Amino acid sequence: MSLLQHLSTTISSSSSAFLVHSNFNSRTKNVSLQAKRNSIFKCVAAVPKESQTAYKTNVSRNGNLAKLQAGYLFPEIARRRAAHLLKYPDAQVISLGIGDTTEPIPEVITSAMRKRSQELSTLEGYSGYGAEQGEKSLRAAIASTFYTNLGIEDDDIFVSDGAKCDISRLQVVFGADVTMAVQDPSYPAYVDSSVIMGQTGQFRKDVLKFESIEYMKCTPENGFFPDLSGVCRTDIIFFCSPNNPTGAAATREQLTQLVKFAKDNGSIIVYDSAYAMYMSEDNPRSIFEIPGAKEVAIETSSFSKYAGFTGVRLGWTVVPKELLFSDGFPVAKDFSRIVCTCFNGASNIAQAGGLACLSPEGLKAMHEVIGFYKENTDIIVETFNSLGFNVYGGKNAPYVWVHFPGQSSWDVFSEILEKTHVVTTPGSGFGPAGEGFVRVSAFGYRSNILEACKRFKQLYK
Amino acid sequence: MVQASLKAKRDGVGYRTKVPRNVNMENLQNGYLFSEISRCKLQHIEKFPNAKLISLGVGDTTEPLPDIIASSMAEYALALSTPEGYRGYGPEQGYEALRKAIAESFYKDISVKDTEIFVTDGSQCDITRLQLVLGANVTIAVQDPSYPVYQDSSIIIGQAGNYKDEALKCRNIEYMRCSPQNNFFPDLDTTSRADIIFFCSPNNPTGHAATRKQLEKLVEFARNNGSIIIFDSAYASYIMDDSPRSIFEIPGAREVAIEVSSFSKLAGFTGVRLGWTVVPEELLFSNGFPVRNDFDRIVCTCFSGASNIAQAGGLACLSSEGLKATESMVQYYMENARILVDTFTSLGLEVYGGANAPYVWVRFPGSKSWDVFSEILEKTHIITAPGSGFGAGGEEFLRISAYGNRKCILEASRRLGSFFS
Repeated sequence: MSLLQHLSTTISSSSSAFLVHSNFNSRTKNVSLQAKRNSIFKCVAAVPKESQTAYKTNVSRNGNLAKLQAGYLFPEIARRRAAHLLKYPDAQVISLGIGDTTEPIPEVITSAMRKRSQELSTLEGYSGYGAEQGEKSLRAAIASTFYTNLGIEDDDIFVSDGAKCDISRLQVVFGADVTMAVQDPSYPAYVDSSVIMGQTGQFRKDVLKFESIEYMKCTPENGFFPDLSGVCRTDIIFFCSPNNPTGAAATREQLTQLVKFAKDNGSIIVYDSAYAMYMSEDNPRSIFEIPGAKEVAIETSSFSKYAGFTGVRLGWTVVPKELLFSDGFPVAKDFSRIVCTCFNGASNIAQAGGLACLSPEGLKAMHEVIGFYKENTDIIVETFNSLGFNVYGGKNAPYVWVHFPGQSSWDVFSEILEKTHVVTTPGSGFGPAGEGFVRVSAFGYRSNILEACKRFKQLYK
Repeated sequence: MVQASLKAKRDGVGYRTKVPRNVNMENLQNGYLFSEISRCKLQHIEKFPNAKLISLGVGDTTEPLPDIIASSMAEYALALSTPEGYRGYGPEQGYEALRKAIAESFYKDISVKDTEIFVTDGSQCDITRLQLVLGANVTIAVQDPSYPVYQDSSIIIGQAGNYKDEALKCRNIEYMRCSPQNNFFPDLDTTSRADIIFFCSPNNPTGHAATRKQLEKLVEFARNNGSIIIFDSAYASYIMDDSPRSIFEIPGAREVAIEVSSFSKLAGFTGVRLGWTVVPEELLFSNGFPVRNDFDRIVCTCFSGASNIAQAGGLACLSSEGLKATESMVQYYMENARILVDTFTSLGLEVYGGANAPYVWVRFPGSKSWDVFSEILEKTHIITAPGSGFGAGGEEFLRISAYGNRKCILEASRRLGSFFS
């Protein structure tokens, strides 16, 4: 094992460990975790007392960042988890909160990355700066794997270090003067990046929404597809399917409605298809399956949840040539400019891995890993069903969306954590319509999934 | 459906959304300098398909990675297919082991803590992340000439107002001229206050490494004005004399400066993608809020961390064997720089840089830099970088990069020698 693997004792996604300082052993196959206690530094949320007399620059803080209510959702979850481990150092905590992949990456993929790494130490194999939009071969492989017969060309594809990063880059392209709509609930990066860019007003504590964002409610009552007749026009519409957190997959008919809505309003859809390969049912996997979508949509996706690349960092965004701003300027040209100025391309080693993912052997291997997580999902769904809960999602996505009517989702989250030592994610973290729900992630070792379900059964029997 | 849209593409007439284009994007200069250089390169190759083109334009590293670094990444990558070696999401700020190694290797005696270090996918990306932190309502100052990304990112985020092509300047940016006349350090007495001061040392493109006295003046200036310095130390490892390698060597800098650095030029990681930014605890906005907290929020929301494989490589770079190996590479490029400096000097030209940085800055009095660029390309098949691409203060100058295989550098020197004599 390399030096970093020996030394990387911080748990994945423990960004809580950054401002709150603590060390943990990384997971082993068994369920228990040993917490090594270290000195703890208080998380700085407010202005520390000592800085009231300390030297201050004369630079005003960005008002947009001040609008954000708390830390980004997932570091918050990690903080709670860390605090819980301190309270119960011998607890066997199981993480079904942050959607972090756990299965090793298939060897066909890692050996390609190993090979590329080695090649970098040779004269023939060394490469410096790559094209910021990504290596040609990878762009072509993405186009032919995911977008055959959809009229998407190699150069419509921009390889990146992940969908979350692309969302912010898209926001930089759009700027502060556009309006946006999100599903409610939705992946927090859409709203947060919008606030950061200055597209929104203040957070309204009474309705738990940011002013100027159009929230499109997605609940069991409307089949998790918004009633578009009640949605105001916005410039940009973020739409994720299969959905994080609800697991809902939009049907062809629904997406046709969405594309029509965008067309009628002159809006741009940013379609997040990061979980498309988890689709079991016969729903569209790409927005571009819908006629007319190329003139109204951008699609972003990722290798994170397909290939376990959450740490390796690789994704892509499709910006069709046909997508034009109101003055006729191609959106792709501005995205390319941002990619060249604000980014320098995904790591060449990660890209070599991506290419291997899309080989026949790589695709087969990815399908197997996805299949494993889908089995986990089935187990979790079955568990909550058997306990009499209303359970959503889980068929087309690695997330199970469990209803706890009339309860505060943070309270449910805390109770589950306290009583079963299982970390989940409170639905309200994804938006006000997530209140009353808890998201259970299906990424985990089978033994952990089974153990967690056993504990759920004990708690809720 | 496909037919119809292809037709639309051909006719240039297509459905338009009603989404207004971002005014800031309109304000950008037409071409990004290095994309323009690439374009010229491709045109030249088409015109002269048999020419042996030598690229001394974009500062792209050319020498293979040292074995110890490449194998460390290879090992880490393969281990990702084992239960013990697999890692998912890492901390967005970078693995603690790497942050500690950076602190230990570069900031040992100047007490930068590992908790103040953010590991990233490179300085170019960090500059934009810093702009996201700062927002549209701050003013900036840049050196003139300077790396184009400071100005471009400022325009993109909405700080800079529009770019005036003829003047090569933006309405709202304070340009700090750096020329031979002022020893490549701006006259701060005549510099207006800006919230943010971008400062690169050793400098891209001039190659000048600021002295301790100069940096003390800069820190004092920032302090007196309540400004924040964003100090780009990407080329610090190329310093051959005792010029400061970090802004934090200057007392008082912790309260006024951020430092951005990179493994790109230090270790040949231009394609691997790894860098870091230091935001000290003491750096506060006017309302007392720590800048570091906002940077952390951006890093957690707009980024997911540098590739874990690249981080493994970074850690290997900072082992004692790795440091020795990267030091060798730096010396190799600096020897290239010496050869280029000698060549231009012997031709009687005014030469700057090349002593503490892998860039040689040559003056062609009375000439337009794009004209010199084109003539050299046409007649010697060597790509350089026209100084005006870095700002009005770069007109009359040409930047020649010392990144290249020794054979290419020697061949380039020979051709330049013939051309100019």
